[in-house]
Amino acid sequence: MKIIKADKIRDVISDLCIQANLNLRKDALDALKRAYSNEKGLRAKRILKAIIDNAVYAKSKKIAICQDTGFPCVFIELGQNVRIIGDFKASINKGVELGYKKGFLRNSIIKDPLLRGKSGSLPAVTHVDIVPGNRLKITVLPKGFGCENKSQLKMFNPTAGWDEIKKFIIDSIKIAGPNACPPYVIGVGIGGTADYACLLAKKALLRKITGKLANRLTGKLFKLEQGLLNDINRLNIGPMGLGGKTTCLAVNIETYPTHIAGLPVAVNISCHALRSAVKKI
Amino acid sequence: MQNSKLQCKIQNLKAGDDILFNGVIYTARDQAHKRLVEAIKKREKLPIPIKGAVIYYCGPTKTAPGKTIGSCGPTTSSRMDVFTPILLEAGLGVMIGKGSRSKEVVEAIKKYRAVYFLTYAGCGALLSKCVKSAKPVAYEDLGPEAIYKLEVEDFPLIVGIDTKGNDIYRSL
Repeated sequence: MKIIKADKIRDVISDLCIQANLNLRKDALDALKRAYSNEKGLRAKRILKAIIDNAVYAKSKKIAICQDTGFPCVFIELGQNVRIIGDFKASINKGVELGYKKGFLRNSIIKDPLLRGKSGSLPAVTHVDIVPGNRLKITVLPKGFGCENKSQLKMFNPTAGWDEIKKFIIDSIKIAGPNACPPYVIGVGIGGTADYACLLAKKALLRKITGKLANRLTGKLFKLEQGLLNDINRLNIGPMGLGGKTTCLAVNIETYPTHIAGLPVAVNISCHALRSAVKKI
Repeated sequence: MQNSKLQCKIQNLKAGDDILFNGVIYTARDQAHKRLVEAIKKREKLPIPIKGAVIYYCGPTKTAPGKTIGSCGPTTSSRMDVFTPILLEAGLGVMIGKGSRSKEVVEAIKKYRAVYFLTYAGCGALLSKCVKSAKPVAYEDLGPEAIYKLEVEDFPLIVGIDTKGNDIYRSL
């Protein structure tokens, strides 16, 4: 049994909100640098350079990478042998509130989706997974909404083939076009239920961009990811949508068992400012 | 290029041109657009001088002590499309944002000889360097969605849609 105080969770989440919004993920920055050296077009190169310079400047001057400091999404992996002293749920929201205040991040959350009104930083969207062990893993993903607005879900027939699924994913990118800050990172969730496929698609964005097989048991998904990446990068949307080879930095697919009657597929797009930060307690 | 100069040169700008802008711009995004258009429909006085104005689709982060402004990049322009033709009719001269616009907006830009610029999307930290002063001038209750008057220096712009209705995204 491990005991963790709620105040500790609050402080960790506060730091993660700031870290994620000010320091671009190293794997995302490296992917942008690779894209910069591969890109041929002058305009595309210039834009990629500005994006890289922006990340460097944000980190050095402690200013948010993007004015849209996102919807704070918090992913918790809770070891079943962890005992939390204090109000767990409240500590998550207090941490977000504190981080958004201390980091001078934008208040982009309005209390009522229909009445709208004044914006604040709360509440977070929180997902908790119970896992074996005695550790608590916290990930904060501040999700920008320009790209969140381009999310898609389709419930395919169970007999659908990969070509149909592939077309749906590529069409989603065409719909996003120049408007969601390309080059994108594409999260794809396949399987589960409608809601779970959407969650998988978002969680797929947390996976490191490596361009390698990573820890996959099978190379099958990796091949599908690489095939999609190549097809998407032939769309000539490019950085800022002004053409080029770099429409997409990575495609990450996550799968889950599903029902005999269905085949849910969700797409969650991230802009080039793919921000998340993680800490284990 | 400054406000006065921009007004003179606006007709010569072509989709795809790069310029650096110096002068006054007003931030306005979704809710501010809704209010401005409601005010126009009710024939109320607008809180900013709209004739020839430059509107920037932007909602900055909070300003840290000692800084002029927070991160201040463009937001997706297409969400403003439903309001834009009405603002153009009222005299709006220039828009700055990111991404494509509707056919109706392109037509209105052509009709009122306005211009739509793109600026570097997702580069709000870098763009904050170009802002020399910032103060809220209207709808302060909207927080980051308030209208801010910004004085900018060497603000990088790419002509997205020129006064003749040529659209950078349609020519790719």
